Amino acid sequence: MTWQGWIQILIYVAALTALTPLLGGYMARVYMGRRLALERVLGPVERSFYRAVRTDPANEQDWKQYARTVLVFSALFWLVLYAILRLQGVLPFNPLRFDGAPWNVTFNTTSSFVTNTNWQYYGGETTMSFFSQMAGLAVQNFVSAAVGMAVLAAVIRGFARRETTKLGNFWVDLTRTLLYILLPLSIIGALVLVSQGVVQTFTGSVSLTTLHGFEQVLALGPVASQIAIKQLGTNGGGFFNVNSAFPFENATSFANFVEMLFILLIPAAATYQYGRMVGRLRQGWALYIAMLVMLTIGVGNAYYQEARTTPALTAAGVHATDAGGNLQDKEQRFGVANSALWSTATTDASNGSVNAAQEAYTGFGEMTPLVNMMTGEVIFGGVGSGLYGMLLVVLLTVFLAGLMVGRTPEYLGKKIQAREVKLVAIGTLYMPVVVLIAAALAIATPAGRQSVFDSGPQGFSETVYAYTSQTNNNGSAFAGYTGFTQPDAPGNKGAAGVTFADLIGGLCMLLGRFIPLLAALAVAGSLATKRPVPAGPGTFRTDSPIFLVLLVGVVVIVAALSFLPALALGPIVQGLTHQLF
Amino acid sequence: MRRDIVGSVVAIVVLTIGFGLVYPLAMTGVAQVAFKDQADGSQVKRDGRVVGSSLIGQDFRRPVLDANGRPKLDQDGRPVLEADPAWFQSRPSQSGYSANVTFFSNLGPNQKDLADQVKANLDAYLALERPFTPGLTAAGVPVDAVTSSASGVDPHISVANARVQANRVAVVRKAPLDRVLALIRQHTDGRALAVLGEPGVNVLGLNLALDKEFPLR
Repeated sequence: MTWQGWIQILIYVAALTALTPLLGGYMARVYMGRRLALERVLGPVERSFYRAVRTDPANEQDWKQYARTVLVFSALFWLVLYAILRLQGVLPFNPLRFDGAPWNVTFNTTSSFVTNTNWQYYGGETTMSFFSQMAGLAVQNFVSAAVGMAVLAAVIRGFARRETTKLGNFWVDLTRTLLYILLPLSIIGALVLVSQGVVQTFTGSVSLTTLHGFEQVLALGPVASQIAIKQLGTNGGGFFNVNSAFPFENATSFANFVEMLFILLIPAAATYQYGRMVGRLRQGWALYIAMLVMLTIGVGNAYYQEARTTPALTAAGVHATDAGGNLQDKEQRFGVANSALWSTATTDASNGSVNAAQEAYTGFGEMTPLVNMMTGEVIFGGVGSGLYGMLLVVLLTVFLAGLMVGRTPEYLGKKIQAREVKLVAIGTLYMPVVVLIAAALAIATPAGRQSVFDSGPQGFSETVYAYTSQTNNNGSAFAGYTGFTQPDAPGNKGAAGVTFADLIGGLCMLLGRFIPLLAALAVAGSLATKRPVPAGPGTFRTDSPIFLVLLVGVVVIVAALSFLPALALGPIVQGLTHQLF
Repeated sequence: MRRDIVGSVVAIVVLTIGFGLVYPLAMTGVAQVAFKDQADGSQVKRDGRVVGSSLIGQDFRRPVLDANGRPKLDQDGRPVLEADPAWFQSRPSQSGYSANVTFFSNLGPNQKDLADQVKANLDAYLALERPFTPGLTAAGVPVDAVTSSASGVDPHISVANARVQANRVAVVRKAPLDRVLALIRQHTDGRALAVLGEPGVNVLGLNLALDKEFPLR
């Protein structure tokens, strides 16, 4: 570890904290329907979109109507994306003449992008046409992110409002998210990235002879426009197979810093947006602090571990500790500190992009990304989904605190009753159940084991990581785990999916997206109808340090109770032994 | 329900056109005007011919010849390569420095395959450099020199790695060591804004400058 490494982490945290109230305040204005400077330019677009989808922006929906629109919209978009990916062979913008992908891997990919997961079994530059990347996948980068953010806005209204059933209009929330938050930030981000060397062109590739006489083909494409929204929308799906490790996707250490900021920007700002929308800024900051504490612990562990060596490096005779650390599968320009910070940020947020191979991390170092996801993606989490997931945990904490002192639990003055607690239980506990069942099936069956790449405990870690990542809509991977095979032939010929991994994984992603989404909307719908009671001397404060300790405790304990045995068989074994497999 | 379906269908069409076509096309237009070089991949030319990208690492090895002077082939029929001592060497690559088919090594921290690979890299590095850097031991070998990068085309090596290689390259090219070290300093990309990232020496840029100043033969 170096002091420069720690300074970079500190700068990152400071920048994120400074941007949180700025963007968060703006986002609150977007969802509270306040006038925005951008409306002068985009207002006509916004209003004509409402006419096109035949909605009256003043007409609000209750939670069931809101949920139904979300589900219908997502389901139809799923079908369209599936069709695009299967038919890309006959669609335009296909300079490298790629065939359509097989049905099973397309089921996985489609579910992956519609659920804001961006888990990728395919390699972008060797399978996807520009049309699929732009009009299929990158559209979902915008839309799946906006759906999550719209649902969060509706959920927050449920907490903020009193004695109503109305949570907002989905089309209005979706449109304002896209036009006033995601689009302007993506344009800025794309331009910054291009200036650093991230490519943006419709030329498919450039063939050349290198200085030393080798043939090399530079894969190009409309990359920067896609990478900006990929980071911003906690999507994470790369244009290239090695994602943000590839220089054309992440060219310099400055580009790397911007991309890392983009990963957590909106999820962090959402805490301030929440405080503003419920009229209690301290509540928002309390959640921010709880999340930041968990992030700091994670990145501290990851950096400490990666600055050391691994059993394989030691066995090879390399003195890695203090001479650069575990640089295997990491880039020189990022080094260990930025790789550790990235892997922490990308798994705190349900982003999942990587700038180094997660699979090559040290045993204890890989605990950070894995445990981050096992918390249910509530340490900032995905855009929208992170905070509504965290709000469910907040209610759980309030409930537990109420049990301890024998009072009716309340949050923001609203009584938390049996219905809410049941929904919270479903919305939080479904996750370990789905992850553990899927991982157990994948380990116990030959159909599941054919996806495993590494031998020994690493193979087990690969499997657990795969289903943890997919169920939590993260998308980062121990990329040895495969659901797709591709022979060395041009144009995607002869490629085949691994049906078990593709289908189980796709199912995990769909459940992981829509169960907590529906639970959060239902809770919000129920809270919105309640009349708040004024705080009394016996009210348990939810912006106090004691509450934060309880909240972090609940997050950690639920994850630990669910996953400790699985962790012990994978990364913990690897961290403790010097044995090679 | 009907309203939701009709609205969704219209929205899908509009959003696909807007965010799937107009946005990337517009960004490409702006990028091609404002940052043409970067948008096209930061291509590097020599004598008017494109020889690479300053962001993408290259292979500086040469074929190993067998007793008959023919390139030696491995089990898969591909030529066996070894470092060419006249050039600075990039980090090892799991993908043969491919810039259009990329993948990670994906070997975990306890994998025997990884230990074997890194051991082979370390032995080769020591065999190559020790004649020019007497007393070089495993403890003095920078980690980046023997581990493969994430992208397979890492354009950089560490400064420590470049300094070790400088001893060899200076002797082979009959160049003053001071001058080679100066070239290394020139082609070191420092930390962005003086704090972000790690310094790294751009191997292609360095080799181009080296070859211009001290050509072979």
